[in-house]
Amino acid sequence: MSTDTELTDIVGGLQSKGTPVRDRIFMWALLVTLFIAISTLLVLIAYVTIKGWPRLDPKLWQNMPSIRRPENAGAQSAIMGTLWVISLTALFALPTGILAALYLEEFSHPDSKFQRFVEVNIQNLAAVPSIVYGILGLAVFARAMALGQTVITASLTLALLILPVLIISTREALRAVPRNIRDGSLALGATEWQTAWKQTLPAATPGIATGIILSLSRAIGEAAPLLLLGAVTFITFNPTGPLSGYTTLPIQIYNWTKDSREEFQILAAATIVLLLVILLLMNFTAIWIRNKTQKRW
Amino acid sequence: MSSTLVGSSVAGDPGSLQRTKPRYGEKVIKGILVMAAGVSVLTTFGIVLSILIPSIEFFSEVPIQDFLFGTEWTPLFADGEFGVVPLVTGTLVITGIAIVIAIPFGLGAAVYLSEFASPRVRKTVKPTLEVLAGIPTVVFGFFALEFLTQVVLVKIWPDIDIFNALSAGLIMGVMIIPTIASLSEDAMSAVPSGMRDGSYALGSSKRQTAMFVVIPAALSGIVAAFVLGISRAIGETMIVTIAAGLQPNLSFNPLEGMQTMTSYIAAAGSGDLSTGSIEYKSIFAVGLLLFIITFFMNTISIGLVRKFRQVYQ
Amino acid sequence: MTTPNQPGIRLAVSAPGMAEASILDSDIDKTEVFRLDDVTVRYGDYRAIRNVSLEVYKNEITAFIGPSGCGKSTLLRSFNRMNDLIPGARVEGTMTYHGTDLYGPKVDPIEVRRRIGMVFQKPNVFPKSIYDNIAYGPKVNGIKGKMDDLVEESLTKAALWDEVKDDLKKSAYALSGGQQQRLVIARCIAVRPEVILMDEPCASLDPIATAKIEDLMKELAVDYTIVIVTHNMQQAARVSDRTAFFTAEVDADEVRHGNLVEVGSTNAMFTNPRDPRTEDYISGRFG
Repeated sequence: MSTDTELTDIVGGLQSKGTPVRDRIFMWALLVTLFIAISTLLVLIAYVTIKGWPRLDPKLWQNMPSIRRPENAGAQSAIMGTLWVISLTALFALPTGILAALYLEEFSHPDSKFQRFVEVNIQNLAAVPSIVYGILGLAVFARAMALGQTVITASLTLALLILPVLIISTREALRAVPRNIRDGSLALGATEWQTAWKQTLPAATPGIATGIILSLSRAIGEAAPLLLLGAVTFITFNPTGPLSGYTTLPIQIYNWTKDSREEFQILAAATIVLLLVILLLMNFTAIWIRNKTQKRW
Repeated sequence: MSSTLVGSSVAGDPGSLQRTKPRYGEKVIKGILVMAAGVSVLTTFGIVLSILIPSIEFFSEVPIQDFLFGTEWTPLFADGEFGVVPLVTGTLVITGIAIVIAIPFGLGAAVYLSEFASPRVRKTVKPTLEVLAGIPTVVFGFFALEFLTQVVLVKIWPDIDIFNALSAGLIMGVMIIPTIASLSEDAMSAVPSGMRDGSYALGSSKRQTAMFVVIPAALSGIVAAFVLGISRAIGETMIVTIAAGLQPNLSFNPLEGMQTMTSYIAAAGSGDLSTGSIEYKSIFAVGLLLFIITFFMNTISIGLVRKFRQVYQ
Repeated sequence: MTTPNQPGIRLAVSAPGMAEASILDSDIDKTEVFRLDDVTVRYGDYRAIRNVSLEVYKNEITAFIGPSGCGKSTLLRSFNRMNDLIPGARVEGTMTYHGTDLYGPKVDPIEVRRRIGMVFQKPNVFPKSIYDNIAYGPKVNGIKGKMDDLVEESLTKAALWDEVKDDLKKSAYALSGGQQQRLVIARCIAVRPEVILMDEPCASLDPIATAKIEDLMKELAVDYTIVIVTHNMQQAARVSDRTAFFTAEVDADEVRHGNLVEVGSTNAMFTNPRDPRTEDYISGRFG
């Protein structure tokens, strides 16, 4: 920040010809942009907390949604629905994503055509709008495979949605493991798979965990594809299994936002606070893991 | 010093270097790994096919030129019109507002983080931006409708529609700031420090170095960030569904409500449409257009990033 | 520190091991472990080291010396087929191990690496406990038996047991650089190889740790065949029985590559080099 002034100080008698006013303005402009971006976040958090405060009570997670009695309505079915959907999403996405990343990073020839094709493909998928995944889920899982508007349809769709992010972050974590760990293992007569599974993967665990948390938190907050997959139906029961109907927290928030009665706006805000607390906890955990393990090598 | 350890090794025929046991397991595992990597390829095919087939059926009923150039979108009328232009203009207006916000703010944050911030500041600010990136879009939608429109914007424009493009666009801009900031910062950090040193050695200030050396050097990476940010805005659904309303509206007045391609898909798709109906198929036709536009932009962005990496790595 | 004009005097003072080396050298019943015949290692079109022919004998320490960029590490990595892992790397010519072509069609690189261990420039301990570092190799190779005994024996042979016997469950990262390198040697011994390849094993160590490793090498040579790459001439003179000297040369197409200048008993090479380039190098005139 003070480099310019320091420089002139060192030069001594040479007074700076015209203070670097433009430089100051430029730096302050940058700071202001950053400040506005961050203060939006703070205003958002403050607004939903204040607005949702009256309904941040145990009824929020103890009761089911209700159309007629907003003062007693709760989000239990949405909480349980989110738990069900995310558990199954993790079940589908994590093994697939980690194994795919292992293949691309440890086994495939970096210049092979298949590798290049898969890589470009994954980069593209990572940027496909989430509503398009909803269309895929609707056409393939809900209708063609006749799974209907169920937990499993939602989980399969969200699993495909987070797969690219999961693969990319897992690959980055694997790449951060130094080459000489692999060499050490291979030089002892371990096979490529033994090396990948027993050395590289465990050494990359913190980075992979960070990626898993961040991609699952994305799935938890995702609403758009589920709009097409039946989650908007008014649900006042907890899911009983993978083939059960369901709703999730973001969808419940959406439903309440659509209802113009003030009580429901407050309820929506309270549910947002609940959702944000879950997501912020996950985010902080991820950041904590990353900071803790950053300088290992 | 001689011991059992060495004994066993020399006892075996040192000349035989062939496989002692077949490793079928390795092959099976490798097959499983290839399949896992193949899931992403299948996903792409799934997306393309699941959009394309109903779209083809749709275009056998609605001529493609009527779809692309028609200015009426009334799918629920008995004799519905399927001109997509109002949805496209709605998308463009809101995306336009979003990038007017996101590009200066995202780039400003990136320049600050990459060129000015101390490591300590960076360590606090970057996670904050990540938290901003992690806010669910439904939450942004609620904030746009409840706070920005009904608390702030009505005070400035008392006759603003409750559902309007402006608040959706502004909040969407905030939503994509982290995308643009973090990708641009990556690009600027990749610029070799030798280039900066060269500039400082000529007596340039940090501002001059950032503006005339670092940003031009990182330009293709920064443009890639912009393109990806715009693609994100075009594909974003929840903010527009909640805050911009669900009325197709061929207008460029940001104070009015309008429907976008994504919010049409969301609204029509959340109803219980029968599989064969023209309304059901229209979801896919709009989805196809959305997919083509975003795919095109993503490909440009990926290509720019690759080009950028080739220069500096 | 080198006095270029008096190589003979300096070496005679600093290399007490050479008397033994000359005796070994006269032994004509040595068993041949490796034989390289016109070996060239290439990466794609680039021939990194060219036309090398030499032998490595059992229970000897063979040192590869030469300036950096002469391809000695590249050559070493082809002894246990570590170069297979680098895309585009290829070995031409014949390289035999006890008479078997190391690059023959039926040869399994994993089996090769089990018998021919390797110690790297930077101590690459695994991010695991000391015990697990040792136990890993035997486990992946399906070696049966009492693991605790094997761990103790390996650490003892690597002269590390007394220092770590109470901390076996501690992370290997807690060890000093020299200890880590001895742990890597112990890890290598635990899979019962016949040969240990060492790629500049002391490059990242201080003189005291280096001395320990050098002592250890001499002890290990009783049981193992050792090939060591080093850029430190004194080290080669102190520990090795035979020395191969490589140079980096620029060919007609201006491509830098490695060549073998000469190979022979360490004693002979340091006191009476046949090639003037060797003499220049050991007397410190270049490199």
